[in-house]
Amino acid sequence: MSIVHVKINGIPVEVEEGTTVLNAAKKAGVKIPTLCYHDDLKPFGSCGLCIVKQEGSAKIIRACAAPVSENLSVITHDAELFEVRKTILELILSNHPSSCLTCIRNGECELQDLAVEFGIREQPFESRISDRPKDTSSASIVLDPEKCIKCGRCVQVCQDMQGVFALEFIGRGDGTVMAPAAMLQLEDSPCVRCGQCAAHCPVGAIYEKDETDSFRSAVKDPNKQVVVQIAPSIRVGLSESFGLPAGTVTTKKIYSAIRRLGAVAVHDTNFGADLTIMEEGSELVARLTKGGALPQMTSCCPAWVDYVEKYYPDLLDHVSSAKSPMQMVGAIEKTYTAQKMGVDPAKLYTVAIMPCTAKKYEAIRDEHMHSSGYQDVDLVLTTREFARLIKSSGIDFLHLEEEEADSPIGEYSGAGTIFGATGGVMEAAVRTAYHVVTGKELEHIEVESVRGLSEVKKGAVDFDGTPIRVAVIHGLTHVKEVMDEIRAAKAEGKQAPYEFIEVMACRGGCIAGGGQPYGANDELRVERSAGLYADDKNSKVRCSHHNESIHKLYEEFLEKPLSEKAHHLLHTSYQDLPVYKA
Amino acid sequence: MAFRNYILVCGGTACESSRADQIYQNLIEECKAQGVADEVQIVKTGCFGFCEQGPIVKILPEDSFYVKVKPEDAKELVSEHVIKGREVARLLYDKESSRKHAKVEDIKFYQKQFRIVLRNCGFIDPENIDEYIAREGYQALEKALFEMTGEDIIEELKTAGLRGRGGAGFPTWMKWNFSRQAANDTKYVVCNADEGDPGAYMDRSTLEGDPHSVLEAMTICGKTIGANKGFIYIRAEYPLAIHRLEIAMKQAREYGLLGSNILGSGFDFDIEIRLGAGAFVCGEETALLHSIEGHRGMPTPRPPFPAVKGLWGKPTVINNVETWANIPVIITKGGNWFNKIGTADSKGTKVFALTGKIRNSGLVEVPMGTTLREIIYDIGGGIANNKKFKAVQTGGPSGGVITEDDLDTPIDFGSLVRIGSMMGSGGMIVMDEDDCIVDVAKFYLNFTVDESCGKCAPCRIGGKSLCNILEKITIGNGTMKDFETLETIGEAMKKGSLCALGQTAPNPVLSTIKHFKDEYLAHIVDKSCPSGTCKKLVKYTINAEKCIGCTACARKCPVAAITGERKQVHIIDQSVCIKCGVCMETCKFGAVEIH
Repeated sequence: MSIVHVKINGIPVEVEEGTTVLNAAKKAGVKIPTLCYHDDLKPFGSCGLCIVKQEGSAKIIRACAAPVSENLSVITHDAELFEVRKTILELILSNHPSSCLTCIRNGECELQDLAVEFGIREQPFESRISDRPKDTSSASIVLDPEKCIKCGRCVQVCQDMQGVFALEFIGRGDGTVMAPAAMLQLEDSPCVRCGQCAAHCPVGAIYEKDETDSFRSAVKDPNKQVVVQIAPSIRVGLSESFGLPAGTVTTKKIYSAIRRLGAVAVHDTNFGADLTIMEEGSELVARLTKGGALPQMTSCCPAWVDYVEKYYPDLLDHVSSAKSPMQMVGAIEKTYTAQKMGVDPAKLYTVAIMPCTAKKYEAIRDEHMHSSGYQDVDLVLTTREFARLIKSSGIDFLHLEEEEADSPIGEYSGAGTIFGATGGVMEAAVRTAYHVVTGKELEHIEVESVRGLSEVKKGAVDFDGTPIRVAVIHGLTHVKEVMDEIRAAKAEGKQAPYEFIEVMACRGGCIAGGGQPYGANDELRVERSAGLYADDKNSKVRCSHHNESIHKLYEEFLEKPLSEKAHHLLHTSYQDLPVYKA
Repeated sequence: MAFRNYILVCGGTACESSRADQIYQNLIEECKAQGVADEVQIVKTGCFGFCEQGPIVKILPEDSFYVKVKPEDAKELVSEHVIKGREVARLLYDKESSRKHAKVEDIKFYQKQFRIVLRNCGFIDPENIDEYIAREGYQALEKALFEMTGEDIIEELKTAGLRGRGGAGFPTWMKWNFSRQAANDTKYVVCNADEGDPGAYMDRSTLEGDPHSVLEAMTICGKTIGANKGFIYIRAEYPLAIHRLEIAMKQAREYGLLGSNILGSGFDFDIEIRLGAGAFVCGEETALLHSIEGHRGMPTPRPPFPAVKGLWGKPTVINNVETWANIPVIITKGGNWFNKIGTADSKGTKVFALTGKIRNSGLVEVPMGTTLREIIYDIGGGIANNKKFKAVQTGGPSGGVITEDDLDTPIDFGSLVRIGSMMGSGGMIVMDEDDCIVDVAKFYLNFTVDESCGKCAPCRIGGKSLCNILEKITIGNGTMKDFETLETIGEAMKKGSLCALGQTAPNPVLSTIKHFKDEYLAHIVDKSCPSGTCKKLVKYTINAEKCIGCTACARKCPVAAITGERKQVHIIDQSVCIKCGVCMETCKFGAVEIH
């Protein structure tokens, strides 16, 4: 890569060939305003805010998309550019309701930030607001066309990043809207509820279904005992909501906050992750030794499961029958925990704090999610809802004392905690499956080959002579390559060159899930994952099969992995779903 | 075989719509019936350009130019002209009634034209490749394949100084060179035939009348840059042009002039037609390429430019139809021949679609440097119906208006920009005193707003805002503040829009405000439309001297706005009147007047 010399407002900068003017400016400490631009996406060029001038020419270029060229000299800020940018912003605002005070993004909105940056004090243009109603058909995500500023991020995310195609530009010109094809409701579209659209929306046009009021009612209800579990990703994600550096592990403060919110017990989904490894690992070993569809594919990501049901129903027999860690914990809470606490399970209200919007649907998906005889997980709140809950409850999060979770559903191994990062499930599974297959302990339990942001990671782990070939994929748009391989092999009656495949719908894994704090980009993904890997390193127990509490659960309750009881409570099945419900 | 007469019937879309095909068929029938079928060759050609006078029939060798021909005239044309050798005077084009036997070279409409792009239109049968070849067709391709290197071709284009004819005027040699120099890769050649400016039909006529010129040019480009595949992206609303292109491609393939191993050179090049689907914005090059790729036709930021990163990310040369049509002539006659035509900054000719309130509307091709006055008055014959010239609009919805003061401007890329308009693709619409300039601006804005893809905020929101303001002004709700708002939004659109549709959409408004501020003030302050076009601003009044009090108008008025006793002068209450015009239609005495 050759070096290119450019000037940003006269400041000389050296950058690699192919760098955009926007990023070259960053190097010079110059922040060019943007709105439609997002690090995760190809430059789109719709908002027009990043326009800069080429020195010595009348040419105006969009900094987000223009690659640098040798001796390029740009002016990024002057009176003329300020006026044009301000007018563009005022035009966008004329299409946008002025109801910030009642908006879910109040205080966390990119349009608000720009209005502040440009000192907007009046709305000089005639206001024209869409009167299309909200789409509340989905269990997880709400579309509010009134607030949409047509930046195009959601469409790019859904099509290019996720390969789901639930959203498209419909119509033309002033009447353009971002909606499912044929203006169908979201629930009838291919939407898998991953929430990446909501996570990338700069304003309040797409957001998670807010169910914090259900939590507030539950803790106030004398007939309900609230039990809360937190996903691996919460402990590194919540920190940003309270101004801490990305990736800061705040597990024990979170436990404390949950008790202050009124829960009678604090559990950790990481325990469920360990449980999942026991069940799924045993399932893999059974397929390897006794037969069954190979490669086996993970099932803990509900958006991925929905994606297989819609787009690859012919491969459903490859998906592990194990439920997700969240659902396993829920089922155990309403049976085992209820018994232990001496509480009527009908009065137990189980809450899960998740980085994920799809989990709201997972909890009500089918009769398997009511395996305890009751709804196993009563309420799913995303990290963003959880942050709002804490902030509205008078809890000074940063100054909380650290507390421990309740036993045994609060005890976890390092393998469980890394479930939140792409490759984490695979690594956890390898640590335990190795032991089950070979009887020995894996020496290098940190499996580097499955870590990192490479979209399709392939590797092989030597199980004492037996090579176990794995693939780890994140970002649904990238599954095609491997799924096509499996289909091709299947057509020839062969097995594709993998034994085990992990898929996470969201780039980077759950740590950058649709319900996590805003602003995720690759830098943040790396930092959040690093927090989890550090949590793993600091754990007393590193492997799921070394988690004493897991052993206790089997001894006292489940008997052994894949037992009848385990099957009933901890496993599920899948169905062929139409891509569009016409 | 020598024919006694050649009858050329114009087969352009306009003449076809006026039953040119029937004329053609009738001529064939009549020649048969009158026993001269073997001695007369009847050919349907491309557009003659003199559309005002269509349907056109030209008979050779006398070079007789018959205009406004009807199918029933076929009999007389054969019996008189062919058999008796006597011209049918009543059908000849007569500029002055005293002149008979008006030959083409005597026709003022043609005198100042110089047809390079339209060289074959009106001369050859576009559905017969032999006729194209007979008129030096495919000689340029032969030269390019066997006698010239890619560098030679670029040099020739550079000498010629050809600039793109789609509107941007980018030096053609430079564009081809970027693609030529791009790393060895799959490359593409694309023809932009998505002509969308209202009133523009230069490309349509070129493709209908001389499709091979474009095919040959694209193949030459393929050889120059190293591409083996070309696409012609043509709007679906041009079925005749599509039909003629398909025939031309088939014939070219049969002759080894398109496809594999062209003329035995070892060079493969083939072309595919892709149809548009009703979006003006797909005339923008990046949107067009995305449309070919199967995506929604929305522009993407440039740089990077298509010449480097175009169709499917590959180096792509995309040029306008008219640009392509110039290429074969430049190769055969040489760049030095070409650069003697035109001005310092714009070489060659330009085809204009001269329409509007002009006596001789049609397709004209003139050397760059011809003045607007020459085009409008000498070629165009001046304003129709003895009305007064008001303005001429060039560049379609992207251009500005030009007034009387600037009519002596020699046309070229630079000069039109300097006087506040632009060349555009060649639309030239003449307006007279009866045209409301505010309404003209509103028309163009309605068009760009309708055609906006909606991707970028400045165009999507700004365009609509401009449109709404103009609407307000034309119904009497304008305010003085509107000038400032139009100016501010216009600037933001010019500088912030993603593509030229949005960047140039404010031009008609801003240009008309500059040159015709008084007319805007009349609409805003006086709430009146001087030309009487804006319905809501016209006043219907009853002339007291003509009104006899018959009460007919009062009875017809749908809102009871007219009062008056029998045999007394009636009055229209302006606050109630909805300007429907029924009173005016009803009055038998011409007493109702518009102001």
